[in-house]
Amino acid sequence: MANRINIFKHFSLLFVLLFTSFSVFAYEPIDKDKTVEVAPLDKHENHGEKKFNAGELIIGHITDAHDWHIAGEGEHSISLPLPVILYSSQRGLSVFLSNKFEHGHKTYNGYMLEKNHIVAVDEMEQVDAHHATVNEEVTHGLWDISITKNVLAMFVSFALMLWMFISAAKMYKRNPGQAPKGMQGLLEPLIIFVRDDIAKSAIGEKRYHKYMPFLLTVFFFIWINNLLGLIPIIPGGANVTGNIAIGMVLAAIVFIITVVTANKHYWRHILAMPGVPIGVLVLLTPIEIFGMFLKPFVLMIRLFANMLAGHIIALSFFSLIFIFAEMNTGLGWGVGVFSVAFTIFMGMLELLVCFLQAYVFTLLAAMYFGSAIDEGHDKHNHHDDLDHSRNF
Amino acid sequence: MELVKPEFGLIFWMVISFGLIMLILKKFAWKPILNMLHEREASIQSALDSAERAKEEMKALQSSNEKILADARNERDLLLKDAREIREKMIADAKGIATKEGERMLTIARENIQNEKMAAITELKNQVATLSIEIAEKILKSELSSDEKQKSLVNTLLKDVNLN
Repeated sequence: MANRINIFKHFSLLFVLLFTSFSVFAYEPIDKDKTVEVAPLDKHENHGEKKFNAGELIIGHITDAHDWHIAGEGEHSISLPLPVILYSSQRGLSVFLSNKFEHGHKTYNGYMLEKNHIVAVDEMEQVDAHHATVNEEVTHGLWDISITKNVLAMFVSFALMLWMFISAAKMYKRNPGQAPKGMQGLLEPLIIFVRDDIAKSAIGEKRYHKYMPFLLTVFFFIWINNLLGLIPIIPGGANVTGNIAIGMVLAAIVFIITVVTANKHYWRHILAMPGVPIGVLVLLTPIEIFGMFLKPFVLMIRLFANMLAGHIIALSFFSLIFIFAEMNTGLGWGVGVFSVAFTIFMGMLELLVCFLQAYVFTLLAAMYFGSAIDEGHDKHNHHDDLDHSRNF
Repeated sequence: MELVKPEFGLIFWMVISFGLIMLILKKFAWKPILNMLHEREASIQSALDSAERAKEEMKALQSSNEKILADARNERDLLLKDAREIREKMIADAKGIATKEGERMLTIARENIQNEKMAAITELKNQVATLSIEIAEKILKSELSSDEKQKSLVNTLLKDVNLN
């Protein structure tokens, strides 16, 4: 039985690696397209004609924004205005709704929207944004803690998580020792999966308890946000897990927990690997210290790139329809059929990737925790850990 | 480059809200859920264990039952064997007694017969003697009934007497 599980693990790892590499490759050419298309964009605007620009559309959808776009485009688009919260030492705190900017056409309260970023301007009264002069000094010391699209999407996912898990916990309290029902039945296998296949196998039977709250929270946070990202309408569709800031915070927490809980053995292995001659240590210790930071960094990049790539692919397929429709309406319809079919296929794949990324992030985090508290006396355990780290 | 540049606002809210949600979920969701799961697993495990124990007890009971049965069977065989022996002994004893009794009765009968026979023989002898005497008396009476006969008898007797 253990053998079969190992084979399965190897297969799933292979899968993950394939996905990771494919997605990263898939991401690159599109990114190049984007840079290519930025140039013609300016030209078109100069000529005053509005042409469909796939790069602009895609970037607009996957980056954070100060309003939540719902439907329509340009001046007639419907979007949900979000609160802007700014603090600067010179001007103090200012809070207002983002629709005051009128999609970047107006300044408000001495601020304006420039390429999705809020910058400070000299004019304190509301003027046309195109004539305002940017105040570099204030902009430099400006702290923007606005509730952006991603922040709101994150709050929505947190509310969802609170409701799901607290209601499930209540059900556990209401009928203890009974078979799971409803929400409980949906969540229980996943919770047990995280506990048994991630925490227990990577950290060990004895000390996995300590890490369970983090591992469960991070698993469900990533998974639920990934799934919400697949839903095209509000409150889904935000690219939360595909945002590098989110991955960075999660990776930083992983790093901090690893460092804080690490035992003597872990530090000894990093700073002076036992049984290694001094000459080699000079080379090895910097590599080990670098590796300490590299591990969470890789976690961040993997999650970010994978989820970003998923959004980009789906948007690219839809963009194809409009690119071809601009040449010929019939062609657009024809391509639309294929695009929709491909998007459905990719959507199925994304469903898998959503789970896989949550799993991989949690598993790797658990492995780092496990390696940090590994006693090293238990020969078998040690061997196991080495095996795992080699696999990844 | 905008994509790989983390924004301060998002980091700020993420750190605050993720930390908060982790603490809330830890207290109100993960702890109770994990505890309940653990309890349920423990109860299932103990139920399984007790079932296993009951099975073993049953097995032990069964084997002890079998032992009792085997003992009973042995005892029965022993009893039967004893009974058979007793029966045979009794038959043998009875046979011996009967033979002896028979023999004793035969000896008595034989003795009686002998006695009767002897008595009969004695009786017979006596009768024969009596008869013989009577016959001899009658013969003598007829022989000596007349003179001539007496004379002839004397003559005959004299003739027989050889004076040699």
